[in-house]
Amino acid sequence: MKKTVFIGAMTAAATLVAGAASASVLDEVKARGELNCGVSTGVNGFSAPDSAGEWQGFDVAVCRAVAAAVLGDPKKVKFVTTTGQTRFTALSSGEIDMLARNTTWTFSRDTDLKFTFAGVNYYDGQGFMINKSMGVSSVKELDGATVCIQTGTTTELNLADYFKANNMKYEPVPIETNAEAQQQYLAGACDVYTTDASGLAATRATFADPENHILLPEIISKEPLGPLVAHGDDQWADIVRWTMNALVAAEELGITSANIEELSKGTENPEINRMLGSSDDDLGGMIGLEKTWAKQAIMAGGNYGEIFATNIGESTPIGLARGLNALWTQGGLQYAPPFR
Amino acid sequence: MSDTHSNTAAYVRDTMLPQKAPPSSQVGAVRWVRENLFSGPLNTTLTVLGVLAVYYLVANMGPWLRNSIWNANSLSECREILAGASGACWGVIKDRWHQLLFGFYPQDAYWRPVLTFVLMIVAAAPILFEQVPRKLLWFSAIFPGVAFFILWGGSVWFPVFVMMGFVVGYAAYIALQRVSGLVATIGALAVPVIWWVFLAGPIGDLFATIIPIELPHIASDEFGGFMISIIIGVTGIALSLPLGILLALGRQSDMPLVKWICVGFIEFIRGVPLITLLFTASLLLNYFLPPGTSFDIVLRVIIMVTLFAAAYMAEVVRGGFAALPRGQYEAADSLGLDYWKAQRLILLPQALKISIPGIVNTFIGLFKDTTLVVFIGILDPIGLSTAIRADSDWNGLFWELYAFIALCFFIFCYGMSRYSQYLEGKLKTDHR
Repeated sequence: MKKTVFIGAMTAAATLVAGAASASVLDEVKARGELNCGVSTGVNGFSAPDSAGEWQGFDVAVCRAVAAAVLGDPKKVKFVTTTGQTRFTALSSGEIDMLARNTTWTFSRDTDLKFTFAGVNYYDGQGFMINKSMGVSSVKELDGATVCIQTGTTTELNLADYFKANNMKYEPVPIETNAEAQQQYLAGACDVYTTDASGLAATRATFADPENHILLPEIISKEPLGPLVAHGDDQWADIVRWTMNALVAAEELGITSANIEELSKGTENPEINRMLGSSDDDLGGMIGLEKTWAKQAIMAGGNYGEIFATNIGESTPIGLARGLNALWTQGGLQYAPPFR
Repeated sequence: MSDTHSNTAAYVRDTMLPQKAPPSSQVGAVRWVRENLFSGPLNTTLTVLGVLAVYYLVANMGPWLRNSIWNANSLSECREILAGASGACWGVIKDRWHQLLFGFYPQDAYWRPVLTFVLMIVAAAPILFEQVPRKLLWFSAIFPGVAFFILWGGSVWFPVFVMMGFVVGYAAYIALQRVSGLVATIGALAVPVIWWVFLAGPIGDLFATIIPIELPHIASDEFGGFMISIIIGVTGIALSLPLGILLALGRQSDMPLVKWICVGFIEFIRGVPLITLLFTASLLLNYFLPPGTSFDIVLRVIIMVTLFAAAYMAEVVRGGFAALPRGQYEAADSLGLDYWKAQRLILLPQALKISIPGIVNTFIGLFKDTTLVVFIGILDPIGLSTAIRADSDWNGLFWELYAFIALCFFIFCYGMSRYSQYLEGKLKTDHR
């Protein structure tokens, strides 16, 4: 198997014919024994390698949960680093099985690019950061400001729309990466830095003087970020979607990585029993997985709340509040359909 | 006469005066300074500006470097130690140097890239320096297979049988030469291809089951950092020179088909930016290949980078040919040498010597261009600096990472440049 990569190089023509038979993604992943998961090349809190080379983060945790559900081992993931330009091609060409790379769920990506979004693991929105000394408390007062903005992103279009709608002018300072933006903003090349609010919070946390910078209250766009898979294999889309749902439902039902062993022996709550595979219903079998798939997924990194808290929550340097990402029972938008 | 003189002159010195020291403005440091730094109003102004610039740099960078902090596990820890002062936080290099050099290569296997690097120097030595014993060239010839085996692992028989393709090709050439030269050339090209496509794999597998010698397999996606830059750069350099020479010869050929193909290839490749070729390698090829076939991304990139460099190399070498006087071609013809002998013995050595600066220029450019792979998601040093910054511990660090990367690149590129100067000096046969 390992050598096919290079023989493939030598005999590209021969393999062209041989590899054409298509199997379902689930079968391919099982046969390979590894999940190919596309992640970003580095977004603080969402995906980043630690000093031992292990990938960590909020998006990475989704990959690990799916790998645990399908293969029983959260370590069996091959993280494929993708950039903003290569991510969609990598997914539609089958180089990766799923993409978990803070990608905004939009109409055209869902339909025109032929992807299926498996849910939303983080509700984000575009925010603004300014230096406190500007004495501004609302975006509405930013008429004529210079704005650092990443080129070629939806944030650029949102900004133009918003300022036009409010009849204000701004002077864009185009930048390529978040790193460049931090430098430009700190050097005073722009009054305002705008990008996803989670990114702003992470950036602000790295400043030597975070207390001198504030995020303005307005959030001017909806950026539902979530994992996605390619069209054409509904079973695989179901697996990713319900793995995510299992993580959210686990938080709602009070299943944590600490008590899951105890709970999986059987409880009073039939839904917990169905999820964890201790009842007669075999939910896993319906999507081609083992009966304990959800238990394995939750054990990979804990329930949704635990994953949030370890990677981007208030105890981490990034320090994001749950906000929209709280459970629906606590005023947020995270809501899982019933496991039945 | 002497009497007359003694009568007319009141005093005659009869001993030499001792030499006086030259005026202080004409010796030592003062003279050097006057001549080199303050010889006129323009130079004086430039000197003052230069001194100011150096002072400005030292005044700003000095404290930053003097306050260097190595023992810190995060940027915030650095800031705590510095307590508001400006200082370099080299802790990030201490924490992550292995990633910048090796990417995600398993830590217990670091000996493999290190060993390959040492062997690479051994293999390059006989090519670069003529003092090294010629027999070592055999090692240089098998080095690509050795390097592949050590870096990627897997069964030893696979690279062995791929390398055997060249032996098979040579054997075919020798055997078919009795028939005719053209048949031998075609055979030398076709037989290895048949060998690689149909025989090398199965025979390799067979041997792997009989005599299993293997290292643990390490996939390309775990490669990164300077390792990937060097792999892509060195392979590209080693392959682009011969390919470029062939293209340059082809472009000068009298055979229209060969000429058109070479001109078309060179002009097409030179007409598109490298980044376009890299995106083609990473994105477009995926659509042509069937789903599930993973055609190694590093290999795809190496092929594209090599083709790109070869097109430039062809033009550099063609420049060398153009500088040769017509008489050299005629001299070769009048000696009765055939085309290949004339090229090998008379024209190429002269043309290549003239092109050395241009060739090395292309090499250095190619090596630095490897950083472009960051745009297709391969984690070269630049890509890893982004990934490292994505860790909350190190988010917000820029200069330290870039300084380290720049230093490593400088060592390689400066080395190449010095070698080219040495080579030019050694091959200098004219008397200018």
